[in-house]
Amino acid sequence: MSERLLGILIDSFGKILLPGLTMTIPLTVISFSIGMVIAVACALAQFAKIRILTPIIRFYIWVIRGTPLLVQLFIIFYGLPNVGIVLDAFPSAVIVFSLSTGAYCAETMRAALESVPRGQMEAGYCVGMSYLQIMRRIVLPQAFRTAFPPLSNSLISLVKDTSLAANITVVEMFMATQRIVARTYEALALYMEVALIYLLFSTVLEQLQRYGERKLNTYGGLK
Amino acid sequence: MPMLQVNNIRKAFDGLQVLRGVDLSVEKGDVIAILGPSGSGKTTLLRCINFLETADSGELIFDGEHFQLGHVPHRTIARLRKKTAFVFQNYNLFLNKTALQNVTEGLIIARRMPRDKAMDIGRRALEKVGLADRCDHYPSQLSGGQQQRVAIARALATEPEIIFFDEPTSALDPELIGEVLSVMRQLAEEGMTMLVVTHEMGFARNVSSKVMLMEDGVVVESGPSREFFSNPKEERTRAFLRSIMGEPDLQAGRCP
Repeated sequence: MSERLLGILIDSFGKILLPGLTMTIPLTVISFSIGMVIAVACALAQFAKIRILTPIIRFYIWVIRGTPLLVQLFIIFYGLPNVGIVLDAFPSAVIVFSLSTGAYCAETMRAALESVPRGQMEAGYCVGMSYLQIMRRIVLPQAFRTAFPPLSNSLISLVKDTSLAANITVVEMFMATQRIVARTYEALALYMEVALIYLLFSTVLEQLQRYGERKLNTYGGLK
Repeated sequence: MPMLQVNNIRKAFDGLQVLRGVDLSVEKGDVIAILGPSGSGKTTLLRCINFLETADSGELIFDGEHFQLGHVPHRTIARLRKKTAFVFQNYNLFLNKTALQNVTEGLIIARRMPRDKAMDIGRRALEKVGLADRCDHYPSQLSGGQQQRVAIARALATEPEIIFFDEPTSALDPELIGEVLSVMRQLAEEGMTMLVVTHEMGFARNVSSKVMLMEDGVVVESGPSREFFSNPKEERTRAFLRSIMGEPDLQAGRCP
């Protein structure tokens, strides 16, 4: 490896990591948090078989899952101005990633809720608890444990998907890398470098997942 | 006056008549064993009385209050359930709660009892079923028999007027049945009112005060246990007893 290339790689590491910390991570955390709120709400509404909401939720999931993230980003950022709605790049990205996470995780949460044995609910009723009490104290905690690994999947996917936001001018890690490549022409080395940083982020999340699973596993095997 | 009475209860699942007009009367202190082949509707009867299934029609009289089954509002159901308890075939312990938490959940959360008092009652209930040393165990760390005893402790803790048992020993390994039956026998001796769907002939014969035999959604015969076993009136009862107690060593029908 030439000295010049090594210099570029070392010099760029901080320049790529910084937008990772200030943009990629906040974008991920904010979008995932909002997405989880949407997901839990959608899953609970479907689990409770609320008649009016169910078709609306199914429509939302159908549209979001059935269209590319990149196209959604373009519609919100470049498309909406045509009808007078102009949003900054960051909020546009948050909206798209939140809706996307919400749709996928809603299905995860719904499956997890339905996997809790029916008898748990019945036992709750029989000791005098209300529907909400049972959901909050018995069903949701058990569902979260089941949902935890697939939700971690979604979170790791989201970290990488935020790179798509480069296309709507969000200066996150990938965009930062592209800029350095444009200046130095070291495409292979720099894209490898940014890939490595993404891998680093994902690895940290995987470790967190393992830690979380251990925490959630206090009450032993599912029956 | 009976404490709980059911008149002409009917229930169909997808057009299949599971209960075709069943009557039942429970006096305070009764221990009634409900027998019958599988599919006879005995579990459905129990579940309808506690509103886990909604009966199509029928009348329920509980503590002097009359209810038209199938038209009981949620609020009333919740109120009635606080006076009863239910023990399930597969225990249905809250999997994310310890044994003690399983027992106190209905007290602290549903009845807003102060924590200390609930813990006290919970510990005593677990002691009563012989599990004082298992308070902090999760269901996954307990055997089937222990889980069912926790479930009975959970039922007891709320001081119900009546406990419904839905085949409480059917899911247990044979060597674990005894520990559950002996707890139930103890409750019966203390005067607890119990309605027990069971296949345990020993329990029906030696512990329960009355027996009711169901078949195809109707009551075939009911009466005091002694009479039911020694002098059954219906031919179908005799056939049932023959089929289930055919072997001579089971004739004694003792609790294991």
